[in-house]
Amino acid sequence: MTRRMQWIYAWLLLTPAMVMLFAFTHFPAITTIINSFFSTPRGRRPAKFVGLRNYEELMADPIFWKVLVNNLWYAMATIPASIGISLLMAIWVNDKLKGRSLVRMSFFAPTVLPLIAVANIWLFFYTPGFGLIDQIRMGVFGLPENSWLGQQETVLICMMVVTIWKEAGFFMIFYLAALQAIPPSYKEAADIEGASRWTFFWKITWPLLMPTTLFVSINAVINSFRLVDHIFTMTGGGPDNASSLLLFYIYEVAFKYWQTSYAATLTVVMLALLSIIAIGQFFFMDRRVHYR
Amino acid sequence: MSDLSLSKTVEAAPPRQFDFDRALNTFGAWTLAILWALPLLYAIWTAFHPAAYEANFELFAPLTLENFTKAWSAAPFAQYFLNTTMLVTLILVAQFVLCTLAAYAFARFEFPGSNILFTLVLLQLLVMPDILIVENYKMIRNLGLIDTIVAIGLPYMASGFGIFLLRQTFKTIPRELDEAARVEGAGPLLVLWKVYVPLAIPTYLAYGLVSVSHHWNNFLWPLIITNSVETRPVTVGLSIFAAVDGGVEWSVINAATLMTSGPLLIAFLLFQRQFVQSFMRAGIK
Repeated sequence: MTRRMQWIYAWLLLTPAMVMLFAFTHFPAITTIINSFFSTPRGRRPAKFVGLRNYEELMADPIFWKVLVNNLWYAMATIPASIGISLLMAIWVNDKLKGRSLVRMSFFAPTVLPLIAVANIWLFFYTPGFGLIDQIRMGVFGLPENSWLGQQETVLICMMVVTIWKEAGFFMIFYLAALQAIPPSYKEAADIEGASRWTFFWKITWPLLMPTTLFVSINAVINSFRLVDHIFTMTGGGPDNASSLLLFYIYEVAFKYWQTSYAATLTVVMLALLSIIAIGQFFFMDRRVHYR
Repeated sequence: MSDLSLSKTVEAAPPRQFDFDRALNTFGAWTLAILWALPLLYAIWTAFHPAAYEANFELFAPLTLENFTKAWSAAPFAQYFLNTTMLVTLILVAQFVLCTLAAYAFARFEFPGSNILFTLVLLQLLVMPDILIVENYKMIRNLGLIDTIVAIGLPYMASGFGIFLLRQTFKTIPRELDEAARVEGAGPLLVLWKVYVPLAIPTYLAYGLVSVSHHWNNFLWPLIITNSVETRPVTVGLSIFAAVDGGVEWSVINAATLMTSGPLLIAFLLFQRQFVQSFMRAGIK
C-alpha cells in the first residue's frame, strides 16, 4: 500500500467514530462556552450576546457558591476515603484469607448495581425512627430519633457514605490487578531482610502502586462531579440545597427552570474545575510516579 | 505472597504460633465485608417478606413473592426491561464497530494528524457526555430524536475508553501475522476481521461487560431525553415508581429495586470470576 493510500484508509476508518465523538463531546463542549456569553432564547426573542453577564450572575448567585462548596467537600471526602478503603480491600483480598471469594464478592457487588436503585435502599436506612440506623441507635444506645437527610449538617455526609460504598469495590479491582503484578520475589527478599509488613508496604508496595493510584484518583475526581443519581431519589438536593452538587444544579437550572445559558455557564465552571484538578493531579503525582 | 511465619528467616519463628497479625486482618476483612453487604442483604430481606417484617428481623418470618408481583403489576416494568435491553444492545454493537475501526487506524496506520486526533479521543475520558447534558439535549432536539431509544445511546457510541482499550490490545498483536495475511492478498478490512478481532476477544468481552453494566445503570441522561413508557429504561422507570409519594410500601420498592438490578446481579453471581477479571483487564493501562 502506498503512503497516500494508507492515509486515506486510516481517515476512512476513523471517520465514523470521530464524527460521533465531535458531535457529542467536542462540539457541545465548545458551544457550551459560546452559549455562556449569550442570553437564553425565549419564544420569539432569540439569544443575544450579553458578554460576561451570565458570569456576573454566577458570582452573585448564593446557590452556586453553596453547591460549589458542597461539591468540593464532597470530592475532598470521597476521593481519599474511597481510595484508602479500596486499597485496604485489595490488600485483604489479595492475601490468603478464609472465605476470600465471598469477601471479594461483597466488596464488588455495589459496583454492578444501579446507583439510582441502591439509593432506595440507603434512603430506607436513613429514615428517621424507622430506618435501620435509627433502630440501632434507639434500641442499643437509647438515643432519640434523628432525621439524617433532613438536616443540613448531616445530609451531605450521608450522601458521601453512599458514594464511597458504591465506588470502593470498583477501585479495589484496579489495585488488585496492580498488586498481582508485583513480583513475589520482592516479598521474599524483604522477608529475608526481616522487614515488617508495614515497612514493606510503605517502601515497596505503595510506591509501586503509584500509577494505579493516579489512575484511580483521576477516576474518583471525575466521579465526584459526574455521579448525582442518588440525589434524585434521596434528597432532591435539599434541605435548602445542602446536598446539591454542581451537576444536579446544572440539571435543575437547565431542565426545571429552562435557563439554558446560565446552565451552560455552570457547565463551563465544571469543565474548568475538572481540567484544573486533572492537570494538577497529573503533575503532582507524576513526579512521584517516576520516583521509583 | 508468602506467609511471614513460614518464611526462611534466620531467627526461625516457633512453628504454629498464633499469628495475631493474620487474625486481625481476617477479622477486619470480614467486618468490612459484612458492612458492605448489609444494604443488599437488607433489600433481599424486605423484598421476600411481608411488609410487617420491614424492620422486624425474625429468623422464621414467612417468605413471600407478593412484593414482586405487586411491583410488577404497578408499573410497566416489562416494557422498561425491553427498552433497557434494546438500549444496551444498540450501544454495545455501535461501540464495537466504531471503536474497532478507529482503534485499528490508531494502532496500525501512520497518517498525518494521528497524535492530535488521539489526544482528542483521550479528552473524552475527562469531558464525558454525562456532563454536557444541556448542549447534547439541544443537539438531539435539532436531530428530532427527543424521546427515542437511539437518542439515549447516541452520545456514548463513540467511546474514547473503548478506542483506547482496543488500540492497546491491537498494538500487542505481532505485525508478522498481519503481514502474512496481506501477502495472501487480504485487504486491511479483511485482515482486521480475520486477524485482529479474533485475537482481541478477551478485550471485547471485558469492554462489553463494563459497557453493559454502565449503560444498564445510567440514569441522568435517559431521564432528560425520555418522557414516555415506550422509551424509558428501567432506571428511570424505577425512580418514577419509587417517587410516587406515600402509597408504595418499602418492601415493594425494594422488590422493584432488586428486580431492576436482578439481571446484572445474577450475571455477576454466575460469572463472578470473569466479571472481576474483565474489570481488571479493562483497567490495566
